[in-house]
Amino acid sequence: MSEPLVVMDGVNKHFGDLHVLKDIDLTVGKGEVVILIGPSGSGKSTLCRTINRLENFESGSITIDGVELPEEGKELAALRADVGMVFQSFNLFAHKTILQNVTLGPIKVRKMGKADAEKKAMDLLERVGIAHQAQKYPAQLSGGQQQRVAIARSLAMDPKVMLFDEPTSALDPEMINEVLDVMVELAHSGMTMIVVTHEMGFARKVANRVVFLSDGEIVEQAPPDEFFTNPTTDRCKEFLSKILTH
Amino acid sequence: MGEILSEYDVLGAFWVTIQLSVLSAIGSLLIGTVMAVLRVSPVAVLRLIGTSYVNIVRNTPLTLLMAFSVLGLSFILGLQLSDQATTNSYWWAVIMLSIYHGAFVCEALRSGVNTIPPGQAEAARAMGLTFGQSLSQVLLPQAFRGAIAPLGSTLIALIKNTTVAAVILGTAEAAGQLAEITENEGASLPTFFLFALGFVILTLPLGILFTNLSQRLSVKR
Ligand SMILES: Nc1ncnc2c1ncn2[C@@H]1O[C@H](COP(=O)(O)OP(=O)(O)O)[C@@H](O)[C@H]1O
Ligand SMILES: [Mg+2]
Repeated sequence: MSEPLVVMDGVNKHFGDLHVLKDIDLTVGKGEVVILIGPSGSGKSTLCRTINRLENFESGSITIDGVELPEEGKELAALRADVGMVFQSFNLFAHKTILQNVTLGPIKVRKMGKADAEKKAMDLLERVGIAHQAQKYPAQLSGGQQQRVAIARSLAMDPKVMLFDEPTSALDPEMINEVLDVMVELAHSGMTMIVVTHEMGFARKVANRVVFLSDGEIVEQAPPDEFFTNPTTDRCKEFLSKILTH
Repeated sequence: MGEILSEYDVLGAFWVTIQLSVLSAIGSLLIGTVMAVLRVSPVAVLRLIGTSYVNIVRNTPLTLLMAFSVLGLSFILGLQLSDQATTNSYWWAVIMLSIYHGAFVCEALRSGVNTIPPGQAEAARAMGLTFGQSLSQVLLPQAFRGAIAPLGSTLIALIKNTTVAAVILGTAEAAGQLAEITENEGASLPTFFLFALGFVILTLPLGILFTNLSQRLSVKR
């Protein structure tokens, strides 16, 4: 594996009595694309969210590029800027234009000048195919377009790693591919990505590794070909039989 | 009627009403914004301060707050804002109106915050914005725009509540003037209507303005 970028070591997390993450050990190398799959409620979102501490955890450690996650505060804010996150529900800022959504982080967090930030934003919007809508507001765009803007917004921070939490689950079927295409391009450009998704075609195409999570545990992990053709555990076989038969 | 208008400075009295309203509106907006920020802050103690403020102030009659300012703070504790009794009561009126309506501004803003999908605050955090930046860039602008209608209602209530200042503090604003005229000239319906009309003239356009603004500035989701 390439040089490790995200290292989770013995991470445990509870919601009250519920043990959502059980001794998670996961290392993601630079440039690696890791797909996270598992049944609903197995802890995939929580795992993603602990990586940039949108959720706290009780024990274990998480380092990003060798730096351990600090507690809440200025330092954590700086570290979060290095971790891009794309949500199921896009979460664009509704009162800002598409362009302002993409320039906000670079201007406020990276202290970039407005003109530079706008130029960079326009290049990124071009890359995701939304440049001609830069002056519109999020509500004027389709779901697929909004999600592509959300990806551009994350990219504008020059993140070291991008987290995607079911980025296509809220989309109408005809819009899924336009978002996946952007993600494929991103993966090929060498971006380190952790992606929660049930889009198996996407997984086969770009993933270096598929990680199967069940009841808060990493049950199995393997390269996609091996994972889909030769699952070793019963829990994994059962899950795959449910999602692959359709 | 003409006699009253020439003998008493009715316009001057309404001018004091307007001054009280504007100053207290600014004061209550500041207090209300600070309290709303406390109420959404990640620190439990700060949230408790905000919640306590709103619950205590909102449930205390304004009349009592006014009386407390003059009797309790000014006379008993000697907290004079000015040597002149009228100036003293004028500024106590501004302060108490601000404190009282600040609680309502806070609640209006909090209802505005509730119109924002929680994912947006999360996206702001995930992007590396500090709490202060998330507030000023993402939450407050949308909260204000989502709260324009209740903020308008609060402003109109505030304008009408300036009359309490006259009754308790003897401030020389419109209601105080009306009381004086009634005392000197005897009660007269036209005089009452004149003053009522004055308040309608102050508040009605504001009501229309705020309804209009709340539609134009609402954030499309
Ligand atoms: N904020 C929360 N408070 C309490 N329980 C939660 C919270 N978020 C998630 N959970 C619970 O934790 C478990 C894992 O949730 P999640 O990570 O969202 O799973 P997944 O993304 O795999 O569907 C679920 O049982 C869920 O109900
Ligand atoms: Mg999830």
